Amino acid sequence: MPHKSLAILGVLLAAFPWVSGEYYVNLTSQILIAAIFAASLNLLVGYGGLPSLGHASFLGVSAYFSAWLYLKLGLAHWVTAPAALLGTTLMAGLFGLIALRATGLGFLMLTLALSQVLWGTAYRWVSVTDGDNGLRGLTRPSPFGMNLDDATAFYYFTLAITVAAMWLMAKFVSSPFGAALRGTRDQPRRMAALGHDVWLVRWITFVYAGFWGAVAGLLFVYYNKYIHPSSLSLITSAEGMLSVIAGGSGTLAGPILGAAIIVILKNYVSSYIQYWNMLMGFVFLAIVIFMPQGIVPGVRDWWARRRQ
Amino acid sequence: MTPALQIDGLCKSFGGLPAISDVTLAVAPGERRLIIGPNGAGKTTLFNLITGDLARDAGTVSLFGADVTRLAPHQRAHRGLARTYQIITLFAKDTLEHNVLLSLLGLSRVRWKTLAALTRHADLYDEARRVLGLVGLQHLAQRPISEVAYGEKRRVEIAMALAQKPRLLLLDEPLAGLSREERAAMKDLITGIPREVTVVMIEHDMDTALDLAERITVLHYGKIIVEGTRVEVVADPKTREVYLGD
Repeated sequence: MPHKSLAILGVLLAAFPWVSGEYYVNLTSQILIAAIFAASLNLLVGYGGLPSLGHASFLGVSAYFSAWLYLKLGLAHWVTAPAALLGTTLMAGLFGLIALRATGLGFLMLTLALSQVLWGTAYRWVSVTDGDNGLRGLTRPSPFGMNLDDATAFYYFTLAITVAAMWLMAKFVSSPFGAALRGTRDQPRRMAALGHDVWLVRWITFVYAGFWGAVAGLLFVYYNKYIHPSSLSLITSAEGMLSVIAGGSGTLAGPILGAAIIVILKNYVSSYIQYWNMLMGFVFLAIVIFMPQGIVPGVRDWWARRRQ
Repeated sequence: MTPALQIDGLCKSFGGLPAISDVTLAVAPGERRLIIGPNGAGKTTLFNLITGDLARDAGTVSLFGADVTRLAPHQRAHRGLARTYQIITLFAKDTLEHNVLLSLLGLSRVRWKTLAALTRHADLYDEARRVLGLVGLQHLAQRPISEVAYGEKRRVEIAMALAQKPRLLLLDEPLAGLSREERAAMKDLITGIPREVTVVMIEHDMDTALDLAERITVLHYGKIIVEGTRVEVVADPKTREVYLGD
């Protein structure tokens, strides 16, 4: 049962700050944020068969929008957070109209193009974004009087949102709608002949994925208290995609595991090994060679074969 | 009576090559219509134009008196149109039951639900198993499509169409690739389809198919060259010329 193993993982994560120092608590917060991001992308890539290379758009715009509202308009967090989520989700609706004119490689190129436009805008529209300096001077919100500047408090805040996000996304893919979504991935023509509105199913999924991408973006900007155009870059989108592929696309646990691998390699290993990018390359090469389906399906198959 | 299917002046070309040219035909409700013609005559293209999988160049398609020419395939399905495919088009990794479920979902409002698990909808599962029973596959309900035999896949194709309780059913070579015994069983299955359902069938196996049809349309190079009852069509010299051979 994937739900059961996710619940066990949740309990372990809840106990984690008791046995660990601040550094690892912060590292795990970053993993959780990356996991929401990757899991939302997985709805498109894994369950919808729609490879997007522009998912950073939602993380970046949500982060920038809330930061801009806070810094330049002086609005409170309880206003900026819902406004950023709403604004980004509306943008996802618009982007979906454009990107879903195609599927496959065409969809990939359109999502990439849209996110590159945003990335360029973030660099050049200095009056709004402060360009290459990024927006700095942000604070974390303090919901219900919690001081989120404390690493452990922020960790629990992030964990609670991650659990809710994963739970809702798991519900989404195991619902009738999720079954239809997988159907449109495998046999779109047949699904249309059966009465399913293939385009609308994809568009709704695109918007939903965009919403969770925006949630990840909010947590991301709260964690860093800073946002830079690089968050809108192709690298951010590609890291999400790598997380999904490495962990196992179309599985619930895959993107979480993939995100953990990427964040650990990026943050932890990079402080010891100068050529960490090369190491990351080797790790992914090994995954693709030995478990082309990703780690989660790979281990599952290996386990099934061993038990036979 | 309003025809179940009415096609007027339908045309479709692929890169200047006419696949269907000026086809006009009407199928009465409850009728069993057979469409025959040599390979490349445009039979499957005609089906794809009726379902909306292909956009027509000219002409109209009406279902039960309503013009559906501008409707998308999924909207036509909601008007009571179902089809099977010549080349098996199933969800290979999913179970037989799940395949039929997707068919049931296609016309059910339940398909928009995103919070309740699919497995909670026991009524859908019961109905899927009942439909699999109709084609004699209930015992394989939990098997993935990829693990069942070709003849059984052909029957799942039929089950998915029947699950929708269509008013007009298009069968694209339902007997293709089946053994003699399987063909006989499939023939019984098609004969057993209720009379409320209008059936239009493309088939190559004349021995079996002629028995099933009331009226026959012969297509050749995208044009209707003969149409009439079984006896008329078989007797027509043009049929012999293009299709039945010497």
